[in-house]
Amino acid sequence: MPGSPIVFFILAVVAVGTAIGMLVSKNTVYSALLLALNFVTVAMLYLILGAPFIAFSQITVYAGSIMVLFLFVIMLLGAERLPKSENLRWQHWVAIPLVVILAADFALNLFRSAGSGAEAAATGANFGDPVAIGELLFTRYALPFEITAVILLSAAVGAIMLAKPDRPTSSRKQRTGTME
Amino acid sequence: MFLLHEASAAPNAGLVPWVVFLPVIGLLVNLLIGKFIGEVGVGIVASLASGLSFGVAVLLALGLAAVPEPGSVPFLDWIAVGDLAASWAFRVDTLSVTMMLVVAGVGTLIHIYAIGYMHQDTRHNEDPGRFRRFFVYLNLFIAAMMILVSADNYLMLFVGWEGVGLCSYLLIGFWFEKGAGGIANAQAAKKAFVVNRVGDFGLLIALFFMFWNFKSFQFDHVFEQVAEVSPWVIQVITLFMLLGVTGKSAQIPLYVWLPDAMAGPTPVSALIHAATMVTAGVYLVARSHVLYAADPFAQSAVAWVGALTAIFAATIAVGQNDIKRVLAYSTISQLGFMVAAVGMGAYVAGMFHLITHAFFKALLFLAAGSVILGMERGQEVAYGGHGHSKADEGPGRSGHADFDPQDMRNMGGLRARMKTTFGVYVIGALALAGIAPLAGFFSKDEILAAASEFNPAILVLLIAAAFLTAFYMWRQITLVFLGTSRTRAAGAAVESGPVITLPLIILALLSVVGGAINLPGVLTLEHWLEHTIEVTHTAAFNPLIAVTALVVALAGIGLAYLLYGRRPATRPTDPDPLQTRWGGLFNLLTEAWKVDWFYNQVFVGGFKRLAGFLAQPVDQGVIDGVVNGFGVLAQASAQWFRHVQTGFVRSYALVVLLGVVAILTYLVWVGVPLP
Amino acid sequence: MIPASYYLALSAVMFVIGVLGVLIKRNALVIFMSLELMFNSANLAFVTFARLYGNLDGQLFVFFVMTVAAAEVAIGLALMVEIFRTKHSIDTDQLNSLKG
Repeated sequence: MPGSPIVFFILAVVAVGTAIGMLVSKNTVYSALLLALNFVTVAMLYLILGAPFIAFSQITVYAGSIMVLFLFVIMLLGAERLPKSENLRWQHWVAIPLVVILAADFALNLFRSAGSGAEAAATGANFGDPVAIGELLFTRYALPFEITAVILLSAAVGAIMLAKPDRPTSSRKQRTGTME
Repeated sequence: MFLLHEASAAPNAGLVPWVVFLPVIGLLVNLLIGKFIGEVGVGIVASLASGLSFGVAVLLALGLAAVPEPGSVPFLDWIAVGDLAASWAFRVDTLSVTMMLVVAGVGTLIHIYAIGYMHQDTRHNEDPGRFRRFFVYLNLFIAAMMILVSADNYLMLFVGWEGVGLCSYLLIGFWFEKGAGGIANAQAAKKAFVVNRVGDFGLLIALFFMFWNFKSFQFDHVFEQVAEVSPWVIQVITLFMLLGVTGKSAQIPLYVWLPDAMAGPTPVSALIHAATMVTAGVYLVARSHVLYAADPFAQSAVAWVGALTAIFAATIAVGQNDIKRVLAYSTISQLGFMVAAVGMGAYVAGMFHLITHAFFKALLFLAAGSVILGMERGQEVAYGGHGHSKADEGPGRSGHADFDPQDMRNMGGLRARMKTTFGVYVIGALALAGIAPLAGFFSKDEILAAASEFNPAILVLLIAAAFLTAFYMWRQITLVFLGTSRTRAAGAAVESGPVITLPLIILALLSVVGGAINLPGVLTLEHWLEHTIEVTHTAAFNPLIAVTALVVALAGIGLAYLLYGRRPATRPTDPDPLQTRWGGLFNLLTEAWKVDWFYNQVFVGGFKRLAGFLAQPVDQGVIDGVVNGFGVLAQASAQWFRHVQTGFVRSYALVVLLGVVAILTYLVWVGVPLP
Repeated sequence: MIPASYYLALSAVMFVIGVLGVLIKRNALVIFMSLELMFNSANLAFVTFARLYGNLDGQLFVFFVMTVAAAEVAIGLALMVEIFRTKHSIDTDQLNSLKG
């Protein structure tokens, strides 16, 4: 697999670090920003892995749009610090071992297949180019592409419907309706 | 001697199914068109059916007289399951034909009598429409009784057994809405049915045992194999059969239904509870003589039951005030004689007494019915309109609603007003008491002779019973007919018409000459029955016993005359002479030694308490508790489980992850099964 | 040369951190962000395998995942805003009126 060890390890550390930081941080805005940094780091990893189009899509869509959306909402709702006391304190003690087991499963699987150190396939220079991706997208994956477009449309319409406030005129009409 | 299951060789034997089907046709005709042919038509149809049945029985008898060998006439196959093959076949032999003659003969006379009796009775009870139903039931009874006596195997016998039990129930409760409290008649019918059930249980156990060991119900097959099974099997069968006999033939301990059965109309009492149905038990023992001969213990058990019942019932009859109840207990006592006879092995004597008893007991009951009719008419004349039904409680004060036309204390002096009835009644009473040369003397004497050879103790009991029989019969005659009328109703009593008195006269004639059936020395009946029953021997005529019996009977009559006849009571409320002498004992006798009370306390009360216990704590408490408990358990567990729904999304996510990790761990550790 | 398992290990670690975040945090927005982290780790795995086998389909999947994730975030945040209007809080523990 391409990539020098040093670069990879720096990027890996940053990625994990920002992820943990997102969890640990008390301030929601900090969490959002740390997550954005995580996304950028992963984009760089994509670059190393020969996926330039995906990398830039990641930065534009994830770090650029999604995190901005998050930040908007955080600002809108007022990022509050939630009180310490909670009902499900005990859940921590169940969740953590569970997660450790999950990690162990992953590790075991990885180590099992680590023996098969398959060499990365040789790829041409335009591996991961937008042209190559576009070719694949509009031929073999045309249907999922269209469906994804529909999903995006419905998401947009849905979001607008959900976020619309109740208009005062309509509620007045309802009230007079019940009076009679 | 016993033919195997072959068709009868006797001529006319093929006619035997008609003894059953003629009454059935009669009842169907009455059922379907009885409404349109009027009372006379209904009565004629029913009597004709019974009469023709008698005619067929006569033809069978004539055929057997020519060829006396027993045989079977197969009719149809009923059950064929595995080992069990029961068919409806008719048995034509001297024993069954004898029974048929008695049932149909006496039955026909009673049918004719009943035309007149029920005509008045239905008007007295204000329901003339019920006339037809009575004759339908009567014919049904004749049919069922014929099935019983003509059966070729124990299973068909049991069918007839149950059939007559049903008819008894229907007829006892004929006026089901009348009687004390509006339910006494229905309760009497129920009592008869339930007590008979206990007996039937015994018979059923015997039948089951029989099938289990002999693999057949047929008389011949069973009797052949008696020698091959172990003795205790025979003992069990015979003893349980004895239980059935005590039920149907009203012996100790299951006799209690017969006195209550007097709630039925008098023809019913005469036919069913004197002449025919109650003799079914005696017939059963006679038929099963092979079984009983093989087990001396069972034989003596039967004999003792009969003897004890004879004396016990005779004592009770002394204290009764209802004209029919005296006769009822007398029937029980005479049945005791018969049962004792067949228990001692004197089958001929038992059957002889069965026949003669049918004559004079039916006569006595029918005559008592005539007396009752006369009293009721007298009551209507004397008090103008009746307004109530008979069989109410107590003698009552004359002229009031609870006047009981059946209470002997209200009678008296009927000799002058009902001459024919008086004449036949005396003949019947003397025959019953065993006065020579009437029929009862010969038959009773044969039984006493057999008892003298079997066991002197039984002889003593039977002689004591004979003494009491004469005593209470003369007491009854004195109270009813002699002296002066004690009430205005008795003074206005009217003799019944020829439809009623003619059968009485015929039966009286039979009571007089009936002894000729088996005169000592000539022994016609014994030779006749020998072809069917292996008779060891009829006890030789014992003149000492005969004279003793006669003297005892005369002494009984004399004592009754001394007590009752010399200064007859003049008012219905006068105390009984025995009451003044032995008040306590007499009261016990009147109440039948309180046996009914005892049964009620112990069995009925015990059963009710058990039922109450099972109903409340067991059924409601335990069973309902368990079932409801399941419901409560479901509810409780639902209550407990609903706490799983905490409402927190994070908990749900945790559970989802739990599942995922579980599956993943399984796959990783155990390995993915590769295709 | 880095073996592919390193990238996959990184992906696993990020996934695990995301799961932890979903289970432990109460703030609805942080839960959402942890979800995005989980998506991201899956994407990394996809791209790794695409490179490993020289098959562009993996990258295409990432494309679709990103698109759908974007749609989902839009709706999710709209819902969150809606809930906030009623509850005036983004504490998921307060959304427990469906308890049995």
